[in-house]
Amino acid sequence: MRNETLTPSRGLVYLAVWLVAAAYLVPLAVVVLNSLRTAEEIAQTSMIGWPQQWAFSNYVTAWGKFCVSQTCAGIQPYMVNSALVTVPATLLSTLLGAIAGYAISLWRFPGDRWIFGIVTLGLFLPQQMRLLPWTIVLRDLGLTNTIAGLVMIHTIQGMSFTTLFCRNYYISIPQDLMKAARIDGAGFFRTFWRIVLPLSPPILIVTVIWQFTHIWNEFLYGVTFTTGQQQPVTAALIALSASIADIPQHGVQSAAVIIAALPTLLVYLFGGRYFVRGLTAGSVK
Amino acid sequence: MATLTVRSLHKRFGSVEVLKGVDIEAKDGEFVALVGPSGCGKSTLLSLIAGLDTVSSGEILIDGRLVNEVAPKDRDIAMVFQSYALYPTMTARQNITFGMESRRVPKQQQDEAVARVAALLQIEPLLSRKPGQLSGGQRQRVAMGRALVRDPKLFLFDEPLSNLDAKLRVDMRTEIKKLHQRVGKTTVYVTHDQVEAMTLASRIAVMHHGNLQQFEEPKTIYARPANMFVAGFMGSPSMNFLPARLTSRDGRPSVEIETANGATAILQLVRGPASAPADNKIVLGIRPEHLYRYDVELKARRPAMASVVTPVEIVEPTGAETIATLRLGGREIVGRFDPDGAPQAGESLPLGIDMAHACLFDPATERLIPDAQS
Repeated sequence: MRNETLTPSRGLVYLAVWLVAAAYLVPLAVVVLNSLRTAEEIAQTSMIGWPQQWAFSNYVTAWGKFCVSQTCAGIQPYMVNSALVTVPATLLSTLLGAIAGYAISLWRFPGDRWIFGIVTLGLFLPQQMRLLPWTIVLRDLGLTNTIAGLVMIHTIQGMSFTTLFCRNYYISIPQDLMKAARIDGAGFFRTFWRIVLPLSPPILIVTVIWQFTHIWNEFLYGVTFTTGQQQPVTAALIALSASIADIPQHGVQSAAVIIAALPTLLVYLFGGRYFVRGLTAGSVK
Repeated sequence: MATLTVRSLHKRFGSVEVLKGVDIEAKDGEFVALVGPSGCGKSTLLSLIAGLDTVSSGEILIDGRLVNEVAPKDRDIAMVFQSYALYPTMTARQNITFGMESRRVPKQQQDEAVARVAALLQIEPLLSRKPGQLSGGQRQRVAMGRALVRDPKLFLFDEPLSNLDAKLRVDMRTEIKKLHQRVGKTTVYVTHDQVEAMTLASRIAVMHHGNLQQFEEPKTIYARPANMFVAGFMGSPSMNFLPARLTSRDGRPSVEIETANGATAILQLVRGPASAPADNKIVLGIRPEHLYRYDVELKARRPAMASVVTPVEIVEPTGAETIATLRLGGREIVGRFDPDGAPQAGESLPLGIDMAHACLFDPATERLIPDAQS
């Protein structure tokens, strides 16, 4: 594989690929560098530059000291909020999506195609369209400005994706297995727990990574349905930049952005391999 | 102690009628083979017996109990699938005990049952392996273990040997026969392989286009097929069909067939037909193994031997026997010959036809014409 000689045209391709990759990485590089520079340095020179002295204290400030809307505890409480929304919503939507996908693909009941169609339709509705209905639902349930409310929204909306993916994966499980299970006397849930779920890790990894990334990075619902101490970190970052009246604290803001992005980056770094593998797993069979 | 009764069973999928009124019954301990070409409805019939699909009309009784509306798990059946359908993430042992686990059988009882079945099938060393680590034949054994462990009233097999290679298939066929002799459970066995049906079954149900063609002992199915479909489907190479005319010679019932260039030959029948179709036109059915190289000594041994001369077109020696394609009355016919004295390609063979095994069919209905009572 690796013994091809480097011809001029191939060299050109490599050059182009490296340039595109570099262009993609510039914003990340700027933020990382700025997170390590002092506010004075950025103000005196420019937004783009190599740190003259390493300001690691930006991270300490961003994490625990910075003031966001009259509270000076950094972004730490908002990180906790995000985790409290993302982890339950990811697990719940994945589990419910797996059960729904299993029912639709392997149990077949009257109207199953309709239900599948309606559930996956959720993927194609724009987020803005759903704001008002959710506002009413949250108000009626008394969940406005609560973390539980966000968990509910993300669980329900996430099911469109998780159901679609699990259903498409489960459809390749042979029907004979289901027949054997019926003759063996296993019901709906026993068949799911003992036969289908153990076959599911490839697709569950995909849905967990996908859901985690999306819910963690979600901004619109966070900023619309929560205020003050209930906000997830994505919404808090905006509040953070708005609360800086006197000197722009670009260094601390950049550090906050990096901290906020870290969980999804880590999930992708550790799980990305499985993610790509899982996406193609169904198609190989 | 279990019987199976299927009465005028119909199954429709939308507008397609897959089973058009099938009647079958299996006595206690009987081994019934359902055989027929793809799409004949044999697998659907098995699914209905298992309860995996619903009946459109008709009745299924297991041990005298109507089970049309009974769930598969409550029919007291066990099934072996063509794909084996072993649960991929479980070990062989877990596969075998899953049914008992679902039925909440105590652990100790499960262990005893597994030990009994594993000894019977000689799969003890495989119990801790997963299906992916087993060969085709081993998977087959585990799948049979899963069925046997239940000690059901009825065993259902859905083409269990189709995924095995030729050699293993023959071995497993013998295994299944041994197993049935030892366990003695009522069994329904679906196959498209007529050799499997002939070797295993105590009775064979031949199906075609959703209809039961014949339900008899293998011997009868082979020697006296109810119609030309059964005659052609059972046996390989297939039975030869020759257009013929009923006539009589020396006051004895005979058939007249065309030989070559419009010439005819008259072959004497051993038993005359009970009735004659219009114009005396019939189809003469002769199995390939009832064709011989004719000589006087043969005639002395088998007095029912008739003879004609045919050109030999193709000769295919298989070792144990030699298959030869001959031309008779403008048609190809196939014979199985002893390799000693087998026909040579290009030869004009003095062909002996053992009329004692001849079958007569009505060309209009394709049904067997019964022999006259003597």
